[in-house]
Amino acid sequence: MADRQEPTAARVLSGALGWFSLGLGAAQLIAPGSVNRLIGIEDTPRYQDLMQAIGVRELAAGTGILSSSRPTGWLWARVAGDAMDLALLGAAGGGRSDQRRVAAAAAAIAGITALDLYTSVRLSRDTQDGAREEAMQAKTAVTIRHPVEVVYGYWRDFSNLPSFMNHLASVETTGNGRSHWTANAPAGRTVEWDAEIVEDKPNERIAWRSLEGSQVPNSGAVWFTPAPGDRGTEVRVELTYDPPGGALGKVVAKLFGEEPQQQISDDLRRLKQVLETGQVVVSEGSPEGTRFLRLAKQRPAQPIP
Amino acid sequence: MRANCWMGKTDLEVREVPDPKILNDRDAIVRITSTAICGSDLHLYNGFIPTMRKGDILGHEFMGEVVEIGPEVRNLNVGDRVVVPFPIACGACNNCGDELYSVCENSNPNAALAEKLMGHSPAGLFGYSHMLGGYPGGQAEYARVPFADVGPLVIEDDLPDEQVLFLSDIFPTGYMGAEMADIHPGDVVAVWGAGPVGMFAMASARLLGAERVIAIDRFPYRLQRAAEHLGAEPVNYEETDVADALQWMTAGRGPDRCIDAVGLEAHQANGALHAYDRTKQVARLETDRPHALREAILSCRNGGTVSVIGAYGGFVDKFPMGSVMNRSLTIRSGQCHVQRYMRPLLDRIRNGEIDPSFVISHRLPLADAPDGYKMFRDKEDNCTKIVLRP
Repeated sequence: MADRQEPTAARVLSGALGWFSLGLGAAQLIAPGSVNRLIGIEDTPRYQDLMQAIGVRELAAGTGILSSSRPTGWLWARVAGDAMDLALLGAAGGGRSDQRRVAAAAAAIAGITALDLYTSVRLSRDTQDGAREEAMQAKTAVTIRHPVEVVYGYWRDFSNLPSFMNHLASVETTGNGRSHWTANAPAGRTVEWDAEIVEDKPNERIAWRSLEGSQVPNSGAVWFTPAPGDRGTEVRVELTYDPPGGALGKVVAKLFGEEPQQQISDDLRRLKQVLETGQVVVSEGSPEGTRFLRLAKQRPAQPIP
Repeated sequence: MRANCWMGKTDLEVREVPDPKILNDRDAIVRITSTAICGSDLHLYNGFIPTMRKGDILGHEFMGEVVEIGPEVRNLNVGDRVVVPFPIACGACNNCGDELYSVCENSNPNAALAEKLMGHSPAGLFGYSHMLGGYPGGQAEYARVPFADVGPLVIEDDLPDEQVLFLSDIFPTGYMGAEMADIHPGDVVAVWGAGPVGMFAMASARLLGAERVIAIDRFPYRLQRAAEHLGAEPVNYEETDVADALQWMTAGRGPDRCIDAVGLEAHQANGALHAYDRTKQVARLETDRPHALREAILSCRNGGTVSVIGAYGGFVDKFPMGSVMNRSLTIRSGQCHVQRYMRPLLDRIRNGEIDPSFVISHRLPLADAPDGYKMFRDKEDNCTKIVLRP
């Protein structure tokens, strides 16, 4: 997958920052009260919850940096996180907080921000890495207990896609292998684009790409293969796309967990549920069904009023 | 309705919550007539299972009357009396097709969480954390039962609740433990844990042809019950060294089949070893204390089978893999595929081969559930099994 690369200075720094994120995140998660007191802000249950949430973010960033062959996006996420922390510290640092400690913490964050920024910029300039960071790719696979004809047929009717692709509001077929896609974007916006089918081998493969001038340039392909042992159909999907907002949008998307990889994994899980059980499976903890963003903020396992 | 809610570690509260509603076309709503506290509920109570949330309704052993069905449920009628299996299974995926219901591929909407911990996700379970689905449990007046066309077993009216309630979990779990142990006629079977699941494993070992059954526990009243009801030979690990006792009882061979019906909160007589695992558990360096499992492996005869039905959550330390590999042991394990066993075990109950109600020691109203958990955990008043009545 990733080519072997000589560790550049930026890569070494990025690794160190990854470990820093993990350590800080663990401390924030396990002992939010101690961290609050250390940086001098008021140690209330509300700030403890906030500190734990930030801890989760740090752990995600640390894991992302250390496990990814292309950590640049995660490092930019750290920069965004630093900005958020400085803002929060400013907001929380008033009132009954220890002003001396708050000031020291702010100075420390500012230092780290500079380091994050430096590493991110350097890493983005590392040519091999930088070139690949422009587009986001995602791929995932699932096995569905139905014959290839059924699974292919369901996907080929693009109007079925919104039944398992949560971010899609609708897909209308407009003729000549073309279709009009409408998706829900963060912050209540919608984005729309037109796409064309570039390959359609019945019961084997469908590939599509957005037309020129699309708000969200994207392309995708899905393969259908009979599973060994008469276990149905293996479905493999690959997506490539540039989210709205370019590089910045990408960072924001990662911060909110709306990565294409997570999206498409959830989508295929729901496709399997729809085809095998007839519906998206829901629980009281996850009333919308499988959804990455719901994992971190489950409803209690109690009936919905 | 009233429901027993998890409010935090060792903090339960019977509270007023909304009534359940049909959410999927294959759901049914059941008015619960009997529900029980499981030994594995104590792992939730003691805070060992991650991804619990304040307000979660507990309970996965329940039965009752169908009061509402979704449009796709054709095998049940309103008014049917049903026992509900604890794993939620769709009946349509490849694993369900292979009767591996507790690893259903579709019933856990939060599968991504479980995958982080376990690699792949098992089925969703009632009242057993958000990693396993976020489904409300059955220690309540009503419950929504997903895939009601696959799981619930209809019971005719002549059998009382107490004889059939345990078809929801502990009787099939014990039975599967014995079945996985691959018992041959003449085998000596040792069972770690003489709680309800252990006792059903012992009873099932007998049904499957075991010649001798050995019960290992530390509570005399439990060992006595196992001896009286099931003819088990008791070993109290606080009074006797288990390895020595088993060597003596089997004249050096070791038991042919060993069943771990204890799981992740095992105790052991050696205080230092217990402290070692307890410390690592508290420090989150291991999540589970595998004393019983280690002992079962080391005790088992060469070429024998170790069957694990005690609940484990995450990671264990100092696992004697060398003993397993060099001595040709077979380890089998799994959450029970309850749907597979309900019908044949109901037949055994109806034939009079076994009356599962022998494990019950206490009957309490639902309102007393929090006290019941404490009594069960602390083994007060010779507590073995508590049935709650909503």
